[in-house]
Amino acid sequence: MVTETVRYIDAISSVLRHELDRDPDVLILGEDVSYGGPFGATAGLSESFGPRRVIDTPISEGAVMGLAVGAALSGCRPVVEVMFADFVTLAMDQLVNHAAKFRYMTDGKLSVPMTIRVQGGVGGGYGAQHSQSLESWFLHVPGLKVVAPSSVADAGGLLAAAIRDDDPVIYLEHRGLYWSKGSFVPGGSPTRIGAAAVVRPGSDVTVVAVSRMVNIALTASEKLATEGIDVELVDLRSVAPIDWETIEDSVRRTRRLVVVHEAAVTGGLGAELVAGLSARAFEVFATSAVRVGAPFAPVPASPFLEQFYAPSVDDVVVAVHKTLDDR
Amino acid sequence: MLPDLGAEVLVALLERMLVARRFEEQLIDLAQERDIGHFHVYVGQETTGIPALALLEGGDLSFTNHRNHGHLIARGAEPGPMYAEILGRVTGYCRGKGGTLHLASAKHGFPTTSSATGGCIPPAVGAALGFQRLGSDRVSVCLMGDGALEEGAWHESANIAAMEQLPVVFLCENNSLEALGQRAGEYPSSTMAASDLTDLASVFGIESVAIDGLDTRSVHQTMTKAVQRARAGDGPTFIEARTVRWPGNRPIWPELATGKTNLSMAWDNSIIPEEHKKWHQEQDGVLRFVRELMSGGQISKEVVLELDRETSARVREGLVFALDSPYPSPEEALEHVFAPHQG
Amino acid sequence: MLYAEAVVEALRRSIEDDERVHLMGQYFLGLTPHRTMVGDLYQQHPDRVYFPPIAELGYVGAGIGAAIAGLRPIVDCATASFTFQAFAQILNEAANIHYMSGGQTSVPMVIHYNHGVRGGGAAQHSHSPQAMMWNTPGLEIITPSHPADLIGLVQTAVASNNPTIWVDHVRLFDTEGEVPDDIDPIPFGQASIRREGSDLTVFASSWMVCRSLEAAELLAAEGISVEVVDPRTLVPLDEEAILQSVAKTGHLLVVDECHLRCGVSSEITAIVAEHAHGDLRAPVRRLATLDVPVPFSAPMEEFVEPTVDKIVEAARSVVEGR
Repeated sequence: MVTETVRYIDAISSVLRHELDRDPDVLILGEDVSYGGPFGATAGLSESFGPRRVIDTPISEGAVMGLAVGAALSGCRPVVEVMFADFVTLAMDQLVNHAAKFRYMTDGKLSVPMTIRVQGGVGGGYGAQHSQSLESWFLHVPGLKVVAPSSVADAGGLLAAAIRDDDPVIYLEHRGLYWSKGSFVPGGSPTRIGAAAVVRPGSDVTVVAVSRMVNIALTASEKLATEGIDVELVDLRSVAPIDWETIEDSVRRTRRLVVVHEAAVTGGLGAELVAGLSARAFEVFATSAVRVGAPFAPVPASPFLEQFYAPSVDDVVVAVHKTLDDR
Repeated sequence: MLPDLGAEVLVALLERMLVARRFEEQLIDLAQERDIGHFHVYVGQETTGIPALALLEGGDLSFTNHRNHGHLIARGAEPGPMYAEILGRVTGYCRGKGGTLHLASAKHGFPTTSSATGGCIPPAVGAALGFQRLGSDRVSVCLMGDGALEEGAWHESANIAAMEQLPVVFLCENNSLEALGQRAGEYPSSTMAASDLTDLASVFGIESVAIDGLDTRSVHQTMTKAVQRARAGDGPTFIEARTVRWPGNRPIWPELATGKTNLSMAWDNSIIPEEHKKWHQEQDGVLRFVRELMSGGQISKEVVLELDRETSARVREGLVFALDSPYPSPEEALEHVFAPHQG
Repeated sequence: MLYAEAVVEALRRSIEDDERVHLMGQYFLGLTPHRTMVGDLYQQHPDRVYFPPIAELGYVGAGIGAAIAGLRPIVDCATASFTFQAFAQILNEAANIHYMSGGQTSVPMVIHYNHGVRGGGAAQHSHSPQAMMWNTPGLEIITPSHPADLIGLVQTAVASNNPTIWVDHVRLFDTEGEVPDDIDPIPFGQASIRREGSDLTVFASSWMVCRSLEAAELLAAEGISVEVVDPRTLVPLDEEAILQSVAKTGHLLVVDECHLRCGVSSEITAIVAEHAHGDLRAPVRRLATLDVPVPFSAPMEEFVEPTVDKIVEAARSVVEGR
């Protein structure tokens, strides 16, 4: 297999194509998917695989999610595209009350092997109804797996894993990452769901970040290195289940923790990370953990306000400094 | 045909249509030179929104969607603060918090714009419920597109409106005519099994009618009746107003596909190019309205051109105002999450 | 007064004090025997009540519009699990409108639901969605646990110009409490120390407050002095009260009915970890509904939810530093 340098969105397209090819049960469903969707992720698939496998749906998120659940129960492997994360709100009953519950309610007799690709995040001045990061909701629902790739390789590997998984997996894509480039092996093996990755080993402080914030945190780490501060950066990758082992191991060594996500701090993914780690590794913390996230406000539309709103490199640097206050 | 209104009123309608048209053209131009984010334009639908919304009074509420610029202009919103909002400046109607997708001006009767398809429908019905329960004769207008009929929210809200005989007018602008849709590489249009959209409302017993959105007489008459019915407590009306999708709205980002509107095409056929001939001759509602006004003797070409010059200048001034306006201070991002508690 | 009576009393006072208040929906007291009291109230004020079809998205959204038009609707979603049908309107519209409009438009509505494990509700009728709503800025959230507090909080909720989520629980309905004749509106963001103590802070909300108080009685007999902090509102949250209590006791147990992962208990724990780590003498324990869908059968249901016995056991473990 050959490694290529491609864009994040190309890795997604490539895996969709590969899985459609490999498994006749795989279906793609979503608004405008035969057109390629608003960003081109599914471009060309309809031409290759036809309208019975690449299905354009009406603007009916609730019905479509339910449809996918039904299709999954009857033996298909649907990949549903939700155009903007914010529209998942229209499909919550089918996702939470149905997709996530059937295996449990039937004592394991039924399974729902569906993938829900959700595009979201801040960028482009789209405003409050097109920019949310809702991963903490999904983490909160037992029965759902949730992944959020930040690298091109993971964009491919985690999508393949999600599609092949026999449970509902929410695959979170950030449109700010779509055009980033990285190495990718077409047809390569899936990345195991449930594994975080240490992107930058270090010894002074553990920074756990997710999705677009991983790159922000990496830049912050490089900046901090020039000050003599050695950050260990962990890319969460799997929001549910959380790889507690990797993160705990890191915190036990560094004794300091910063978590970074784009969603609002209050009730965000960071709350679970901090709460979980302070229980598991309570005695090792040298200083208080710090959460970096958006403020308690909807996402403003003005690009100028948007820039202020989303966590920045400086926000991460400041947070790391705070954890080192005792030195 | 023209509505049965005096020349002054008709010319005032033309003025609003020209503001709307030039506003959008200028916006598309601006988008060529700088990134202003995704936006949606009202070109080709002016003959529906402007005469329809002109019938509303103070206190009547209108709930709209992402294709909202023409609607706000119809009820008197100014180009300056509209452009400012689209560009995220502090002088925008929403101080930069909403952008084009959530443009709102409460004083013009637009409390909010929802850009989740179908999102405006339940609140529009709810406002009508509020008016009914308050014993008010005010009316709520739901400004929706044909795509919104695909959402479950339509079904639920229409049922409620019908059961309670609410004072709501559903003005559904079907701009999907002649749009070839995604298979032809165009901006997606409807994915709808029903072929007659009015069936989706009449099944609930809602008074429903389909009209030509370019026929201002039809728009005026139908909307007048709908608003009167609502005010009299006679219940909801569903109006499907059909327009051909403007060629510039067929790609996913708006383009000046038919060029900037040349009003002289209304009286001089020789300058109409082969490309988009049908658009200029039959499908551009503004040109049609001008032709109708002229053949009815309501306006002369000199007045048309003067009106156009004047409105274009005002729209340009609005853009200059917006471009000169400052951005909000970053900390403003934290404001207006909640309304303060009284007392 | 019974809590269920207080619910009806709160609704009655709201209707009688302000002609703009209308009720939308009818399951404020669920399908419990108490529901006849709601029926009586409705018969007394038929023009202030609206019975919607089974269309949560539609009628909650309608509540938003009605609020914009000048009513003060109190909208009932019945079982909290049904709010998922209306999520788009609650979280994408109601929560956002004041902000998106730059402060021009307010949505003065109250949305009520009965959450959590009610006994045999199973997976599709036992959710506690307030943790998700908490992560969406723009919604106020009240979590009454006592009849008098309920009346005071609902007064403020109705008077508030913001969309307010009224988190309620059917298991509270049979509890009793002193309700003075004169109740002032309770300002949001003021926790209540329901029981003072010195060894352990227990943070709990809604029905879990009652269970925690019961557990505290049992623990007192063992010589463990428990302080129970009831936030009364999650948004705004009285962080000060929590931090002060933790500074005093050095031990924290968070009891909440939302699922564990990213539940209310996570946020409370994280706040304390961020701001008061130095005050803690032992790790914070979280006791929440386990991360599985809620099973139907009673023994399993009891296994997944925070019971009084579990609260007692968890309290002991925190105090003993385990």
